[in-house]
Amino acid sequence: MSAANTQDEPAPPSGIDQAAEAPDTSIAAVIGAQAIHFVGMGLEIASVFIRTLYYCVRGRPDFGAVVRQMFEIGNRSVVFLTVVMGFIGMILVLQGGLQVKRILPEFSMVGASYLELLVRDLAATISALMLATRVGAGIAAEIGSMVVTEQVDALRMCAADPIDYLIKPRFLASLAMTICLVIWAAGVAMLTGMLTAYMMFDVNPRTFFNLHLVDTGDLVVGLAKCLAYGAAIPVVAGHSGLTTHGGSEGVGWATTRAVVNASLAVIVLDLILSAAGYVLLGP
Amino acid sequence: MPPKKPPSATAPPPSDVGLLEEIGGGFLGAAATVGGMGLLGYQILRRIVTFRIDRAETLRNLYRMGVKSIPIVIVTALFTGAIMVIQAAPLVVRLGAQGLLGWGAGFGILREIAPLLTALMINGRVGANNTAELGTMVVTEQIDALRVLAIDPIAFLIAPRFIAMVTTLFLSTIFADTLALLGAAYGGLGLLGVDPKTFYNGLTSGLLGLSDVTSGLVKSIVFGVVIALSSCQYGLGVKGGAPGVGRAVNATVVASAAGIFVLDYFVSFTLD
Repeated sequence: MSAANTQDEPAPPSGIDQAAEAPDTSIAAVIGAQAIHFVGMGLEIASVFIRTLYYCVRGRPDFGAVVRQMFEIGNRSVVFLTVVMGFIGMILVLQGGLQVKRILPEFSMVGASYLELLVRDLAATISALMLATRVGAGIAAEIGSMVVTEQVDALRMCAADPIDYLIKPRFLASLAMTICLVIWAAGVAMLTGMLTAYMMFDVNPRTFFNLHLVDTGDLVVGLAKCLAYGAAIPVVAGHSGLTTHGGSEGVGWATTRAVVNASLAVIVLDLILSAAGYVLLGP
Repeated sequence: MPPKKPPSATAPPPSDVGLLEEIGGGFLGAAATVGGMGLLGYQILRRIVTFRIDRAETLRNLYRMGVKSIPIVIVTALFTGAIMVIQAAPLVVRLGAQGLLGWGAGFGILREIAPLLTALMINGRVGANNTAELGTMVVTEQIDALRVLAIDPIAFLIAPRFIAMVTTLFLSTIFADTLALLGAAYGGLGLLGVDPKTFYNGLTSGLLGLSDVTSGLVKSIVFGVVIALSSCQYGLGVKGGAPGVGRAVNATVVASAAGIFVLDYFVSFTLD
């Protein structure tokens, strides 16, 4: 089935031959090629990001498109995000509670530590991973279909930069809606966590809802993460969409790349911001 | 009160869909998808039990899905290990107990984070790619060509992908467990100044057992089944050219991600 190959390099008719042929380049060459590829892609994404920022300041304001994208990115993700974050809250409190039970059967601090973790990291990061999946795949599939059907070339012919026309509204909408969605997601996870603690470990909701450990630093780090993820997801996914080539295979491949790259971007930004927050603002 | 007119087949459908109808339609759609996945799983199982699987296709998919995902798994695991250490840091600083770092980061990594994040990354890379590939085959009528040649598409295409995906996720999770612990040990050294030896002591001091590792691995198998079934199901149901493939890929990654989290809870709940 060589015709249905969606890898970016053409594979020989049988993949086993490919596996046998692979070792004739040295490991260093493979790693080096990967590194060069990654750096090149990083530079391209940075260029898309800078041009998006430029058009945010100098471009043609188009509030209608931004509002439509806000609906597409925000409202349409609410159900998905609610389901996922509801289950995440239940899982985390269940696992945390079982560990606490193993060491000392005293649950008064479970709620406080859980809320701190939620505000500082998990609400933003897990929601962003989900948005990278849903919104990233959506943006790449939409823009990729436009590239394949030559609508983007038509835009360029009309002297409209596709970044101004297509990526900027998604960027602004994602910045605004990620923050709203993360706050909503944190609320859902808090509620399901509280219910799980009450039903499984008999923790009083008043004891559970203890915000002593949440300080300004945690809130600042959490909100900074929201902003960073909200900016990164549409830019990375838009870049994948704009670099689509080939027919329907190309669209599928662009969508895959958008999900993987956006998720990796979220994880890398998480590490950077968590480390920066830890060093600058303390634990 | 006048009797209600029965809806006629020729009349145009009501233009305004009410909220209740929307919710009900959503549930019916979800039920149809889950049912389709169950039927597909049954058909795949029948081929696996009777060994009617294409061997070359299985090996090709194992290479494509497993070997080619290794770089992503490595990067994700190392970074998440370091992130877990930063999140477990307050435990160390507040209680002054460096020995607890290994436990705090270790149980999070082994039980939840490594299987979950590996599954999400593999879902994005392999699941989406698989849907795109099968969808392209459907759109270009290659599946019909297989049927014309009297080749069973499930034995030839779907069952090998199912086996390859479950195996990939299981092996990647073992790999990710190890690498995330490595990342956590050196992240602890770099950020908190905790010696990796202390970290490994905390890991092996008896607070964590084999059950923590097996719980993560059982999850990885469940996630693999979810990703494989949903990506094949959505891939085979593609309609309408390139935009259809894009929509199917989008629907797959969303459905698999939701399925992963929902089943994660039930597996955690039943295993303890």
